[in-house]
Amino acid sequence: MRRIETEAIVIGGGATGAGTLRDLSLRGVRAVLIEKSDIASGTTGRNHGLLHSGARYAVNDLESARECISENRILKKIARHCIEDTGGLFVTLPEDDPSYHGKLIEHCRYAGIRCEEIGVREALRMEPNLNPEILSALRVPDGTIDPFRLTSANVLDAQERGASVFTHTEVEEILRDGDRAAGVRCRDRLTGEKIEIYAGIIVNASGVWGQRLSASAGIELRMFPSKGSMLIIDYRINNKVVNRCRVPSDGDIIVPGDTVSLIGTTSKKVDYDRIDEITVDDDEIATLLESGEKLIPSVSRARVLRAYCGVRPLIAVSGEMDGREISRGIVLIDHEKRDAVGGLITIAGGKLMTYRLMAEMAADLACAKLKAGKKCRTHRTPLPGSERRVDQARSVKFFTGIPNSVVGSTLYRHGHRIRNILHREKRNYGLICECEMVTEGEIEYALKKLNVRDIVDLRRRTRIGMGPCQGQLCAYRAAGLFVKYDSATSDESNKMLVDFLEERWKGIKPVLWGDALREVEFGYWIYQGLFGLGDVRFEEEAEKR
Amino acid sequence: MIRLQNISFDHCIKCTVCTVYCPVARATHHFPGPKQSGPDTERLRIKSPELLDESLKYCTNCKRCEIACPSNVKIADIIQSSKWRYFKKSLRPRDFFLAHTDLMGSVATRASLLVNFFIKLPPVKLFLDLFFRIPSERRFPKYARGSFLAWYKKHRAEQEAFAERAVYFPGCYVNYNNHELGKDVVTVLNAMNIGVIVSYEKCCGVPLIANGYIDRARKNALLNINSLAASAAESGARIISASSSCSFALKHEYRNLLELDNSAIFDSLDYITRFIHERFLKGNLPELKPVRLRAAYHSPCHLERMGGVMNTIEVLKKIPGLDLTILHSECCGIAGTYGFKKEYYRVSQKVGAELFKRIERADPQIVITDCETCKWQIEMSTPYRVEHPVTVLARSIDGGKL
Repeated sequence: MRRIETEAIVIGGGATGAGTLRDLSLRGVRAVLIEKSDIASGTTGRNHGLLHSGARYAVNDLESARECISENRILKKIARHCIEDTGGLFVTLPEDDPSYHGKLIEHCRYAGIRCEEIGVREALRMEPNLNPEILSALRVPDGTIDPFRLTSANVLDAQERGASVFTHTEVEEILRDGDRAAGVRCRDRLTGEKIEIYAGIIVNASGVWGQRLSASAGIELRMFPSKGSMLIIDYRINNKVVNRCRVPSDGDIIVPGDTVSLIGTTSKKVDYDRIDEITVDDDEIATLLESGEKLIPSVSRARVLRAYCGVRPLIAVSGEMDGREISRGIVLIDHEKRDAVGGLITIAGGKLMTYRLMAEMAADLACAKLKAGKKCRTHRTPLPGSERRVDQARSVKFFTGIPNSVVGSTLYRHGHRIRNILHREKRNYGLICECEMVTEGEIEYALKKLNVRDIVDLRRRTRIGMGPCQGQLCAYRAAGLFVKYDSATSDESNKMLVDFLEERWKGIKPVLWGDALREVEFGYWIYQGLFGLGDVRFEEEAEKR
Repeated sequence: MIRLQNISFDHCIKCTVCTVYCPVARATHHFPGPKQSGPDTERLRIKSPELLDESLKYCTNCKRCEIACPSNVKIADIIQSSKWRYFKKSLRPRDFFLAHTDLMGSVATRASLLVNFFIKLPPVKLFLDLFFRIPSERRFPKYARGSFLAWYKKHRAEQEAFAERAVYFPGCYVNYNNHELGKDVVTVLNAMNIGVIVSYEKCCGVPLIANGYIDRARKNALLNINSLAASAAESGARIISASSSCSFALKHEYRNLLELDNSAIFDSLDYITRFIHERFLKGNLPELKPVRLRAAYHSPCHLERMGGVMNTIEVLKKIPGLDLTILHSECCGIAGTYGFKKEYYRVSQKVGAELFKRIERADPQIVITDCETCKWQIEMSTPYRVEHPVTVLARSIDGGKL
């Protein structure tokens, strides 16, 4: 068994956990992050990637709206390369209550969100695919944010400042030392290795999974899981975030995210013991498609790539409420005060937008307890990749000889770090993923720098396998590169390949019609017909250990 | 700005068969192939037009990718429209000169002897190579004296006397370079008791599209649609063209690429051998004299795309004595004005190399093909003479020497 001693432990590699790790590292506190699966694999990576202006919450939850707009402004500065400042629209359809429009303008003013009325014609000029029957339109400073990139950049920065990260490592137990939580015992799920880590403070940032974790330390924490489902459209059908101007309800937003568009979201209660096995239901898909079509009619003609769902990390303060009604406010619990267990704090609730604020609050408390660390700097120190604004035209010129589509896509994903990834050697910019322009160089960089342990992790860092073919042409090439760059044995890479295809299949299965069905059939021919992948037998090495 | 008129790229299942069939991707690694340049990067261009790759300029618009595609993706259309939708417009004297065939033709035919003489002179060639980037190796087609239309005017009355008539679109090549082919069309149709009404307003637009002069191409297209429709309505006749690329443009490019309504001519418009073959099947078969020649037939890309190759082959098979070898379908590489550009010349010749080899192996006395630019390419690159199927048919009818 390995034994590690450090100053702080952060449990959970979502945006909040990664943000807390970075915040602590920036303050000079040595910290370790433990994540049971991969960075941003839970709730963080399972939303529509909206950079909220706060307008969505303005009418019902003014406090959240204020938090959103203030974080919105900060993130645009520190996380440029994870953000696209698309702007957003709130449109009223003929069947919607027209009074919500005025209410929204008024509440946005209270919250300090710039919200201006624009003409219907102007809205249609901005967004030509919009339903031409809309009655009115408002413009708000919404944008899009890539949660995978954001979380990964936070982790990368922390690591560059000395923090350690254990992914695919599950906390089995919080170790108690009298009335204090002294450390954690965890297990690497890929190798089976056991690790014990001791620290002065443990920050529980495991979101909805926190209930289970706290129970292991004898603390009761009631989470209120609510499922939200989303659909991914094959290409961008809109360039601005399109919101429906009504009381928040199912399927009232379409977000352009990188090369695709996403229709979101639904809200459904789920039992706590089922949070790891949630799937998208047929009626949710029907609702999303139907409402999406009302906003942008061409949704009906486009290919739906996949459906996915996430669990909202809502913490039940008192009684049971509907997933959308419940406050999305931030909950910071000092267990020393609440449960007389020292050395443990929980940061929960909130949303992707407020991850930095949550991290700041958690790190403030942690530092106060450690009696160490400096002031928070995360609101003004840019993330790696966002150090400087990078001009696309200049980058294209700098990398003359490499196709613009490759330079542009790499720049979009990694910002200023593009210089660490691309160079003019042919092998470096050879395409691995042809849909999303992921090069061998980018994969090499991700394998070496970004805590990638399997192809699913690699997908979150690079977008490999996220295009129309869903990994059909890139997955086996990527599996080969794991071996080439000594990240896996060939047996392990075969296993990874199977896992990756299964993971892709899970999201395609609910939307299996039309072109997506033809695509899957073709993928099946390749992997089963050509490679016979279903017949490969793997030694269950991990089990034996 | 997102434009979603052509969303056929959404149907692409990434099988890559188009790239396997692409003659350019085979010839040069500078072209990443139709899948990459078309449906793959179209998604990216919708996201941001800055993700445009220069390499898609290598596409010759031969349409072989669209024939191969099992998902009905308009791959070549996507690439062609990206060329003019996203690239900056700039002054390009050479492209202007190559694209505006009817403008050049009407000037050159006035002094054809002089033009034909000068264009062959090595210093002129060197000048064109250095200042216009037209490769000195490239041979220009000869200009004729006067226009085909002028010849036709003298014969209009006798053609209008026929009870059944067909509207004929001669195209720039016949009008300015090869009047004989136009006369052969008249010979063949007359032998079948069909009069020829020539209707020719403007260039069909193929070179304009290829060089990105889309507005001009649209203007021409509208003029052509109107004048052809008017002529056809007058006599209730079919419209025919003896150029495979002209008829492809009139029928398909107008509709799919230029997004114009050509329904007024769509149903009545045919490539000539289809029209002739239909009549042959109905029993309108003129008396054919033997043409004792060993011939190799090359099928042009655009005719393949229209599915018209079998008509030409069936018509040629009717000619007694003609010993016909059907060559394996290969692109000749010239692709209209593409082969006239220095930057693409090598690629163009490399694409055609396989075809040239196959022709030599067949060792014919003549090569037959439907497309004028294929003819230029083969005549320049091999020692063989190339004739149009209608010309061969005309010699079989009038017993003249081929």
